[in-house]
Amino acid sequence: MSTDTLLVEPSAISPTKRIVGELLRSREIAVGAVLVLVVALTTIKNPNFLFTSNGWRDLLLTPSLLLILAVGQTVVIITRNVDLSVGSTLGLTAYFTGKLFVDHPNIPILVVVLAGLLMGAVLGLVNGVLVAFFKVPALVITLGTLYIYRGIFLSWAGSDRINAGDMPKDFLALGTKQILTIPVLTIVGLVVLAAVGYYLYTARGGRELYAIGSDPEAAVLYGLPVRRRVVGAFVLCGALAGLAGVVYVARYGTVSSGAGYGMELQAVGAAVIGGVAIFGGSGTVWGAAIGAFLLVTINRALPVVGISDFWQRAVVGALIIAAVVLDRVLSARQERRLVAAREETRSNR
Amino acid sequence: MSTTTLDRPDRPGDSRVRTYPAYSTPLWRRVLLTREFAVIALLVAVIFYSNNNVPNFDGPLTFYYLFLDIAPILLIALPMTLVIITGEIDLSVASVVGLSSVLVGQLHADHGLSIPVAGLIAILVGALCGAFNGFLVAYVGLPSLAVTIGTLALYRGIAQGLLGTKAVTDFPDKWTDLAKERIAEGSSYPMILIPFLVLLVLFAWMLHFSSFGRGVYEIGLNDEAAHFSGVNVERTKFLLFVMAGAVSAFAGIYFTLRFGSARGDNANGMELQVIAAVLLGGVSIFGGRGALHGVVAGVVLIGVISSAMRLQGETVNVINIVIGTLLVLSVISTSLLSAAQALWARRGRAGGPPSSETGQHRPAVAASESTNER
Repeated sequence: MSTDTLLVEPSAISPTKRIVGELLRSREIAVGAVLVLVVALTTIKNPNFLFTSNGWRDLLLTPSLLLILAVGQTVVIITRNVDLSVGSTLGLTAYFTGKLFVDHPNIPILVVVLAGLLMGAVLGLVNGVLVAFFKVPALVITLGTLYIYRGIFLSWAGSDRINAGDMPKDFLALGTKQILTIPVLTIVGLVVLAAVGYYLYTARGGRELYAIGSDPEAAVLYGLPVRRRVVGAFVLCGALAGLAGVVYVARYGTVSSGAGYGMELQAVGAAVIGGVAIFGGSGTVWGAAIGAFLLVTINRALPVVGISDFWQRAVVGALIIAAVVLDRVLSARQERRLVAAREETRSNR
Repeated sequence: MSTTTLDRPDRPGDSRVRTYPAYSTPLWRRVLLTREFAVIALLVAVIFYSNNNVPNFDGPLTFYYLFLDIAPILLIALPMTLVIITGEIDLSVASVVGLSSVLVGQLHADHGLSIPVAGLIAILVGALCGAFNGFLVAYVGLPSLAVTIGTLALYRGIAQGLLGTKAVTDFPDKWTDLAKERIAEGSSYPMILIPFLVLLVLFAWMLHFSSFGRGVYEIGLNDEAAHFSGVNVERTKFLLFVMAGAVSAFAGIYFTLRFGSARGDNANGMELQVIAAVLLGGVSIFGGRGALHGVVAGVVLIGVISSAMRLQGETVNVINIVIGTLLVLSVISTSLLSAAQALWARRGRAGGPPSSETGQHRPAVAASESTNER
């Protein structure tokens, strides 16, 4: 092939038009619109949902935990893997965090946060090494470590609970503290989101994660460091689950045996709603983040609009299925359009 | 898996290469040196060890309660095996158990239906739940992992929405006793094993001795090739999901009667236990490989380990750690064994052709084996 012919013709549409068009068609905007709609409808029904200081705070604060988990989960899913152990990792690090405060009352908060991150990263490293080096499916490995980590957490904790009284006041204050009415924990979540999103969008390593997820074998043949990247994705996911564990303690003040139970499926659900393809290679953390906000906000909105909160999970399930079906419809339409475009260029030649 | 190829060593990538993995070894080795028999051997070893070393393990109550406890997992593992062999997965089974439990409770308590009628309706609803999964996966073509994570929440949500935090505990003794009855007086096998055995025979026939079952394996190995060789891929997958739903609903009825309580959160998290047992039994998560005798041994193995450890005074947490480790080890062992086999084959071949040639083909051999593994 001569160097003059381009593989892809540059778009004839003007850049601004293209960007606006892409934005309007993007999944993130669609999910975001649903989120705004849910908030608006609930607020009309009960203005306290948004317009009191508590309502505003809870709206931002409650999703922060799932937000952090969903960001980590997205990175793993993009590489065509899945991490089911995040809920157990969260529980284990939450207990570890509390235990640090109990055993060392004067320990600086920053050290605890770093210790939580490190703990999570080590647990993620175990997953990543098992998945990448033994070439075994992530679903099975992380299902195994889900049991192992939760078992370690519960047998370590035994019957004792960590209570709010065990923790320094400064740390617990983080759970309710706000800067410019935005809760600190939400800011933590958003910073994580921005950093990971920027990495995935611009950095070489981030783009390689997408390449690996699109076609793992092609990525190997192309010479990408597949093992290293996959291990890295799991370590990041584990570290974020560890951070979520620290956030959990700051937010709720207690660690009981149920901490993080079932969160793994919520995190996967948030990513799926946000348009992350379960078979890897596409999706953004922005979408997953909006998905996490939507999941949590719907859960909180249902009781306000008068639907018993027992139905919450049903609505969440319906939402996930709707998101997957929508993806299929959109991609089928896209495919038809591309095929039509190809036929057209062929007949023109 | 032995992947001995009867090809000319200089043309490993040749399309005319014929592989005879199934007939390259004597029958006894093909039957006994399998993952299924490894699980069975482990099971026998654990039972033998526990009989000798765990106090009260050989008592009459041990196996009775063991089977009572694992019966729902045994039941659901049957259709789940077939689903996973086609390369799909069903995470919603435990939610169907919960939903059917709630339905039986409500239909019986609020609408005065007798247990068999309520149970029949619950099984129908379970089949319908499975049909919804199956329709989305088989005919719409959505990834089953995503679909069944959705229906996991959906069916569980409906179950909790119907009953809230209430529990129906008012069941006739006749039926709750039946769920706990023994096959014969003094026997350590509960009655629930009879429907299980019937279903086991049915599923074993379907998977291992019918053309439908060959189709199931073919779909798991390559669904496009299966389609072109005349397997109705969509219908097969759809039917499997319907079966998974119906059997889960039946397990839900048993679960309700055994504990005499219908609650929305019954069997919460059981889907992962079922999948863990099936995978431990040697079924490949990528599909195309696995057998029912291995799965049954896998479920019983988990049950025996739990009950032996419980008798030794370990908590459920330690048991979970052991089961998780076993699951991880069981999948890693496949990959370690195939690596060892590749090393073995390479060493065996190194004596024959010049070393430069084997060196040249090494990556190809390794690649073909890793794809076989999937």
